[in-house]
Amino acid sequence: MNTTVMQLPEEEYILPGTRACSGCGLSLAYRYILKALGDKAILTIPASCLTVLHGLYPSTSVRLTNINTAFATTAASATGIVAALKALGKTDYTVVGIAGDGGTFDIGIQALSAAAERNTDFLYICYDNEGYMNTGTQRSSATPMGAHTTTTPTTKIEHKKDMLAIMEAHGIPYVASASPAYPLDLFDKVKEARTIQGTRFIQVNIPCAPGWGFPTEDLIKLGKMAVDTAMWVLYEVKAGSFRLTGRSRSIARRGQNKPVGQYLKLQERFRQMTPEQTDHLQTWVDQRWERFLQRHQVSD
Amino acid sequence: MVKVRIINGNEAAALGAKLSGVQVVAAYPITPQSKIPETLAKYVESGELKAEFIRVESEHSALTVCISASTVGARVFTATAANGLAYMHEQLHWAAGARLPIVMALANRGLGAPWTIFNDMQDSIAQRDTGWMQVYCRDNQEIIDSIIMGYKISEQIHVPMMVCFDGFVLSHTVMPVELPDQERVDAFLPAYKPHLQVDGPEPLNINPVMLAEPRADARGVACPSYMGFRMRLQKTLEGAEDVILQVGREFGDLFGRHYGYLLWEYRTDGADTILLTMGSLANEASLAADQLREKGYKAGVVALRVFRPFPAEALRKALSQVENLIVFDKNISYGYEGATCTETKAALFDSGLRPVITNFIVGLGGKSVSPADLQSAALAALQQKGRINGPQWLGVAV
Repeated sequence: MNTTVMQLPEEEYILPGTRACSGCGLSLAYRYILKALGDKAILTIPASCLTVLHGLYPSTSVRLTNINTAFATTAASATGIVAALKALGKTDYTVVGIAGDGGTFDIGIQALSAAAERNTDFLYICYDNEGYMNTGTQRSSATPMGAHTTTTPTTKIEHKKDMLAIMEAHGIPYVASASPAYPLDLFDKVKEARTIQGTRFIQVNIPCAPGWGFPTEDLIKLGKMAVDTAMWVLYEVKAGSFRLTGRSRSIARRGQNKPVGQYLKLQERFRQMTPEQTDHLQTWVDQRWERFLQRHQVSD
Repeated sequence: MVKVRIINGNEAAALGAKLSGVQVVAAYPITPQSKIPETLAKYVESGELKAEFIRVESEHSALTVCISASTVGARVFTATAANGLAYMHEQLHWAAGARLPIVMALANRGLGAPWTIFNDMQDSIAQRDTGWMQVYCRDNQEIIDSIIMGYKISEQIHVPMMVCFDGFVLSHTVMPVELPDQERVDAFLPAYKPHLQVDGPEPLNINPVMLAEPRADARGVACPSYMGFRMRLQKTLEGAEDVILQVGREFGDLFGRHYGYLLWEYRTDGADTILLTMGSLANEASLAADQLREKGYKAGVVALRVFRPFPAEALRKALSQVENLIVFDKNISYGYEGATCTETKAALFDSGLRPVITNFIVGLGGKSVSPADLQSAALAALQQKGRINGPQWLGVAV
């Protein structure tokens, strides 16, 4: 699938006037995610930025049914929806759990791992803004090394957890990474995931202006620079077969990654990083990219 | 013809769920209730029960699966005990707040630390403020009947129900149980109609963020605030007694076993001394009352069948002639006394009834309680005439 802008559905599922922050990467990603899902989807969302986007009772800004659920429970909630729809013979719905990185990497990983092991038939989308942004920018296990957060005031020491690898290790039929800076790639991946049976996992890198510290108009610039520096890599693993996609695929074919410093300097959260930390992060990114290249060549 | 089977409490619970036609079951192993999901898994895999059985990784997920499945419109069931129930705590609030008619079997067991696998009621009593109804069973017949009635009550008022029974004492003890006929159960318990339609024409945002003050919807109609919804739950529970009694009577008309009562009473006529308790201990208490009667004491037993909603009015009536009230609690609210004792005192306060009340904490972590134990506790209480301060720990020397 290589959807063009002209082929995108005109249907909008997010109404104007949401409670998301200005320049919110999630709003943009969500717009394309919902376009790809269409009408026949039931959502379940834990406490997170997306709860805020959906609005305050009794009004909502989203034109799809959403069952709000407790923080740790996204995948279990999706499991319950899937089970009930099956029991009631309503089989034409795509069930979608959408949680942030805190709700996925941290508090929700147990229920998610269990659902993936059962290969429960739902799509799980993790919108990864690399911290607890809704509660005031605390560190999560998705926060990159070197980032300042309100609970790592002298920067985070540990590297970001590789959630995509963890999910892939469950042997589920579809795992992919995406970015709102590349909306067509994101759209195609959600559309692809919709057609597959079993647990599907898509992790979307979500630049967060207030949490990361960049001007709201730089959202796309940030998303693109994340991919250009291989801080974020676009790929998919379909039925065990790996391939780089979109911009990451182009870089692999011809060209090379930009130094991570170009990405770091755009954001307040990395202000305290020492040159040693930056070197260390660069090495980590380079080694990771090398592994992706090897997997890509094997499969290409 | 009435079918009687010799089964334990766990099998009775599983059969109750099966007869109720549950459509989604999610449960996790924990002693002493594990036999319930095991039995249901067998029913589902053999095709005897047409349901989705979800083998979750935790009790927290078990209840979450039930919550979302119930929201979509399936009749759901789970079972747990002790730490499993404690692990569900967050979702107990969620289920009641979301007004979902979930029925849960609970094999009462003491909580760690330190570990015990044996019976007391600390687990369910600790969840009394979650908004769930709680009924306590005296025997295995009450387990199967209470689960079937539980769905009818819960689905009428949209409040979940915990059907509690003593771990091991009932869960692992076989006794004759009359099996309700499936056709009659189907007539008694109509199909579940959810209060929301997730696949309706209008998209819904279910259980969103609320504000403290009411807000108007798109048509300008004021909608409830968070506190308004909390008030509705309370008001519903205040009116739940009538529904419980009505369903209990209906059940009796169809199956011959009447449950048109909130309190189980034994030899209370003319009694001035009442042993008050819950669950299977009511059986030992009734033997103790017999022994006390033989000694010339006018003793009887009141057992709370329903603990939430709390049957305050029924208690005031049952205890109106009572001079000595001896409360046996298989739980303790640390730093005060047994929960049923406190709540009973509060219920009596309004009516001005002032019996001499003595509280005994009994049977924690499976410590055996015999009729003789209860009798000697009662005699001690009668002799001391209110000079006992605080709860007494029955039979605990060290």
